[in-house]
Amino acid sequence: MPAVSKGDGMRGLAVFISDIRNCKSKEAEIKRINKELANIRSKFKGDKALDGYSKKKYVCKLLFIFLLGHDIDFGHMEAVNLLSSNKYTEKQIGYLFISVLVNSNSELIRLINNAIKNDLASRNPTFMCLALHCIANVGSREMGEAFAADIPRILVAGDSMDSVKQSAALCLLRLYKASPDLVPMGEWTARVVHLLNDQHMGVVTAAVSLITCLCKKNPDDFKTCISLAVSRLSRIVSSASTDLQDYTYYFVPAPWLSVKLLRLLQCYPPPEDAAVKGRLVECLETVLNKAQEPPKSKKVQHSNAKNAILFETISLIIHYDSEPNLLVRACNQLGQFLQHRETNLRYLALESMCTLASSEFSHEAVKTHIDTVINALKTERDVSVRQRAADLLYAMCDRSNAKQIVSEMLRYLETADYAIREEIVLKVAILAEKYAVDYSWYVDTILNLIRIAGDYVSEEVWYRVLQIVTNRDDVQGYAAKTVFEALQAPACHENMVKVGGYILGEFGNLIAGDPRSSPPVQFSLLHSKFHLCSVATRALLLSTYIKFINLFPETKATIQGVLRAGSQLRNADVELQQRAVEYLTLSSVASTDVLATVLEEMPPFPERESSILAKLKRKKGPGAGSALDDGRRDPSSNDVNGGVEPTPSTVSTPSPSADLLGLRAAPPPAAPPATSGAGNLLVDVFSDGPAAQPSLGPTPEEAFLSELEPPAPESPMALLADPAPAADPGPEDIGPPIPEADELLNKFVCKNNGVLFENQLLQIGVKSEFRQNLGRMYLFYGNKTSVQFQNFSPTVVHPGDLQTQLAVQTKRVAAQVDGGAQVQQVLNIECLRDFLTPPLLSVRFRYGGAPQSLTLKLPVTINKFFQPTEMAAQDFFQRWKQLSLPQQEAQKIFKANHPMDAEVTKAKLLGFGSALLDNVDPNPENFVGAGIIQTKALQVGCLLRLEPNAQAQMYRLTLRTSKEPVSRHLCELLAQQF
Amino acid sequence: MIGGLFIYNHKGEVLISRVYRDDIGRRQAADSAIFSSSGLPLEERLANRRNAVDAFRVNVIHARQQVRSPVTNIARTSFFHVKRSNIWLAAVTKQNVNAAMVFEFLYKMCDVMAAYFGKISEENIKNNFVLIYELLDEILDFGYPQNSETGALKTFITQQGIKSQHQTKEEQSQITSQVTGQIGWRREGIKYRRNELFLDVLESVNLLMSPQGQVLSAHVSGRVVMKSYLSGMPECKFGMNDKIVIEKQGKGTADETSKSGKQSIAIDDCTFHQCVRLSKFDSERSISFIPPDGEFELMRYRTTKDIILPFRVIPLVREVGRTKLEVKVVIKSNFKPSLLAQKIEVRIPTPLNTSGVQVICMKGKAKYKASENAIVWKIKRMAGMKESQISAEIELLPTNDKKKWARPPISMNFEVPFAPSGLKVRYLKVFEPKLNYSDHDVIKWVRYIGRSGIYETRC
Repeated sequence: MPAVSKGDGMRGLAVFISDIRNCKSKEAEIKRINKELANIRSKFKGDKALDGYSKKKYVCKLLFIFLLGHDIDFGHMEAVNLLSSNKYTEKQIGYLFISVLVNSNSELIRLINNAIKNDLASRNPTFMCLALHCIANVGSREMGEAFAADIPRILVAGDSMDSVKQSAALCLLRLYKASPDLVPMGEWTARVVHLLNDQHMGVVTAAVSLITCLCKKNPDDFKTCISLAVSRLSRIVSSASTDLQDYTYYFVPAPWLSVKLLRLLQCYPPPEDAAVKGRLVECLETVLNKAQEPPKSKKVQHSNAKNAILFETISLIIHYDSEPNLLVRACNQLGQFLQHRETNLRYLALESMCTLASSEFSHEAVKTHIDTVINALKTERDVSVRQRAADLLYAMCDRSNAKQIVSEMLRYLETADYAIREEIVLKVAILAEKYAVDYSWYVDTILNLIRIAGDYVSEEVWYRVLQIVTNRDDVQGYAAKTVFEALQAPACHENMVKVGGYILGEFGNLIAGDPRSSPPVQFSLLHSKFHLCSVATRALLLSTYIKFINLFPETKATIQGVLRAGSQLRNADVELQQRAVEYLTLSSVASTDVLATVLEEMPPFPERESSILAKLKRKKGPGAGSALDDGRRDPSSNDVNGGVEPTPSTVSTPSPSADLLGLRAAPPPAAPPATSGAGNLLVDVFSDGPAAQPSLGPTPEEAFLSELEPPAPESPMALLADPAPAADPGPEDIGPPIPEADELLNKFVCKNNGVLFENQLLQIGVKSEFRQNLGRMYLFYGNKTSVQFQNFSPTVVHPGDLQTQLAVQTKRVAAQVDGGAQVQQVLNIECLRDFLTPPLLSVRFRYGGAPQSLTLKLPVTINKFFQPTEMAAQDFFQRWKQLSLPQQEAQKIFKANHPMDAEVTKAKLLGFGSALLDNVDPNPENFVGAGIIQTKALQVGCLLRLEPNAQAQMYRLTLRTSKEPVSRHLCELLAQQF
Repeated sequence: MIGGLFIYNHKGEVLISRVYRDDIGRRQAADSAIFSSSGLPLEERLANRRNAVDAFRVNVIHARQQVRSPVTNIARTSFFHVKRSNIWLAAVTKQNVNAAMVFEFLYKMCDVMAAYFGKISEENIKNNFVLIYELLDEILDFGYPQNSETGALKTFITQQGIKSQHQTKEEQSQITSQVTGQIGWRREGIKYRRNELFLDVLESVNLLMSPQGQVLSAHVSGRVVMKSYLSGMPECKFGMNDKIVIEKQGKGTADETSKSGKQSIAIDDCTFHQCVRLSKFDSERSISFIPPDGEFELMRYRTTKDIILPFRVIPLVREVGRTKLEVKVVIKSNFKPSLLAQKIEVRIPTPLNTSGVQVICMKGKAKYKASENAIVWKIKRMAGMKESQISAEIELLPTNDKKKWARPPISMNFEVPFAPSGLKVRYLKVFEPKLNYSDHDVIKWVRYIGRSGIYETRC
């Protein structure tokens, strides 16, 4: 127990505290406290007034009891009384009690505020300081409201003592942080800036803290502080270590103030005034020079203070990023620290270097330390330092050192901590892709990555490999070989199986020549992993198997056996079951040609920014991302890569076939060739399904698919017959046809070539030829602007049940159309049966970032499939009479829209497609035509008669065909032409 | 199945740590799922064990809020504890054990220790360190309680060092046969010059009464403790005024039933010492047994009906303004005037903001104890059918706390020389067919003590 004398020490308090400390149990402590509380209560209640000393003592005891964790519900009044005492110790205890115990909604707050006000108004600096401290400690809104106006006044008043100014600055800072709206800005702000010139270093330090906080909100008000701060800084930096006396800390002059000034300067851009700037640069150089000097003391405090200033200087240099000389010097300085004994220093050096690496001036300088950093990654004991080293390696990586860095990171990955593995994996994946010189290296790296840290390889990473392999012909063979080898390892990660499954399925044929990787070997290798994999992977492997059937017919029997196995056909997982059933049927029904078409090699993926980068940014959180990402950021990258997976469904032309097979949930490989035509054909046959003989083009497909026709209603095959997903790959994307579409269409009823559409951006030209039920159409898309169209994607859409009537196979076009350029698209058209509405052509693209879309009617009408027939007069009339049923005839009497010129009419009728029969009609004015509309399903004979009446400017058109809707439709079409 | 048993002092320092099963003391929470015990190196397992020990210390002994529940579950490990003066005994288990069994065991453990070295205190435990481990090895095997009969234990766990050289082989084999035999609690060949037995009926009466004098809840829990010094293997039969027995006997003579029926009591539930033949109790409701030598607890029982409440407390509390409180409490003794109650103590709680108390009482001594926030009124002796009174003025300090005083109940402690449940010992017969002493030769002593349990009256 400390010896205390009555006076400033409080013996009662000391005794009480030592009693409590000696208590053997909690119960004893509570008893002692209860006793003491009762004693204090009786004292406070007592009739005779307590003197200041005992009041202070009891308040102190209460405070102690409160801090032990007991509730105190009295004594506040006594504490407030203490505030009005003139003794420092009593006042101090009073303020202490209040700042600890009084909550803001207490009714005493008015009394307290009053006491504080008195103290602030007093001329006694100690009392003012106590009051200011109390305000800062409580920091409540009420206090803020009461004193926010007074404190700035005290702060800038000329007669305030230094210590008061210091307290006032810090108190204001606290209030500002608690409720910024309460602190009024005013003319005092300018005078606060001048506190930087104050004689007293304490005041300057406090003022710098305040200004740094304030200037973040309104930088302009405090702009003048730059020059003052610079001059203050230069005075400190250039002073000898003994000049500042009290403020020299282990031979370092005013380290805290220096750091704060440097921080303040980081709130502003480099000073514009050349003189100020020169002085500042001089300062910074001095700091860097000082770092080279031998330490003046062996004490750790000395080096800590020195380094604190140095690091803050370096961050300022990085912040300015305009002085190459300084940046390089900073970098060299940090390089020295990289090998320092002190772990903290190494950490800080790595961290600062990370930011330095992103500056163009110092990037090269940073690179010189690569060996040291790699060494740090290998040997550093502390995981956080290793993490920083990995960050730095990532930041300093470029084409020249990518191989080295990536291989080092891969090596590190084997021993890396679990927490940062995923991040390292992403970094390796990005670096490997970004700086890949040859893609075989890239493939090697990523496969290595999957092997080493398969669990941490996210979907994005392996999707990306597939994209790149698919898009690059030159690595496909190598990739296939490498994955094949990788898969031979007894235990390989599931991600490896996924990549292997996909790549072998696509490009397994490239290595099939080697007897060591013959198709059966490939298959058995993959299948040996099958049972160990999750459902998603198994689904992928099933798709690989069906691709194998296409690639290597010799494996067909084995694979069918696998698919037929009960474990597949009756798998509990719907996805697997469906795939097994569908693939099995597909493989047994389809001819090799069909398989080859359906399972054609995947088309290249559209190039776009790596999604991995976005993921890394997400992982790192905002802020950190900027350091990692060096200008590769594309404003559109995020939304484009939102749901990244290399499925054709995210490809610019959405592939209906992917959806059609009901594999939407499945990863990429399930998708057969992504041409919409194929999909349409499939659907066609399902809904229509007349037995067609193999004759032309896509018929084999129909043949096999039509045999699939009668599916059990609940069988997954039923999905195939559902035309909806195929008809509109994105229903919301296809707008209604433009208003002029019909008019535009009419122009093409009688002609095959011409301009289909034109506006200020785009011109679409058409060239087409038709023979029997087949046609080929060339669409020419001309970019009339000078800007590139992006994501250009024309799609043909079949509204309603058109797709059962007409098959249109489109060839893909490039996704970009350069300014002034023209791209051509070929459409193969087959008329399956008579149809009434033309298909729609939907064109979508991005022009200058804005999405454009346009829907037109494709100029394909039923008359295009007219086969003209020559016949004699009596033949004609005989047939005419045969088609005498009322519904077979369509007749229209209409007014002429154009001048009635016999030659023009003749040309139009020929263009319409029918043969013109001369000398058939008794009236030579009349026109008579005959033809057969060829569709795949049926042929429709067609006879027509046009009787112009020149006087009335009228025509009478009569059409007789074997099918009623055809008659009416043709009549309608033709009538509009005259 | 008890996983382990720890004994702590009041500071939470471990005095005794005996672990029976490896499952306890696994590193708490998630880790336990990852590692199985066998996979861990020994060192780590030891470290984990330390964790269970620490968990109890941190969460119970040093808890911020006083832990009132005797069972605490920390990270899927259950800690059952009892406290004896400053000593904590905690049984730990990971399994879903019968909690009553664990507590029964802990009480038994306390009895055994008390029988061996007297009061359970830190000092005594430290001095009998080896003995306690020896006992723990004997009375718990792989966490299953074994024979914990003090008499039996004392035959082979002795305090006076190694005795085996004095023991003959015969004696040793006798111990074995006795401990493993049918009557494990008594050895053969006991001889006393004077056959004597003592019977104590100890009851504690619990009450909660409303201010108006209405009984809100009341029950008596009692025990019959017997101390026997009898030769040979005597067969004893114990009889009391159990309602069921009396009614059964009274079937023949109706008027006897009406006469004695008044005095018979309804026992709600009872438990017996293992020596009592339960089959006989079940069929005839007679309590017959061969008693262990020395002191033991024959039975425990509980009654809730027709309880004689020895004291009635009449409180009167009046608040005079914000700063004053007047309290008047009258106690009335409610038993035969010839009997004397002893150690009477009335505890009147005072508000937390009491700043001064003046007490006037006619009998005994009353004092305001600030450390306990109560006025404690003590009376040494009080005869039946008497009445006494205390009045106090309590001064209060006004506080800014708006909470109203909760007015805790007035509690009371006392000791009376009768059984508040009304239980009477009717007979205790001793038969020893082999030796030549009869029931009449045995000197029998019977004593009734009624104590207060939680005896509270709201005010």
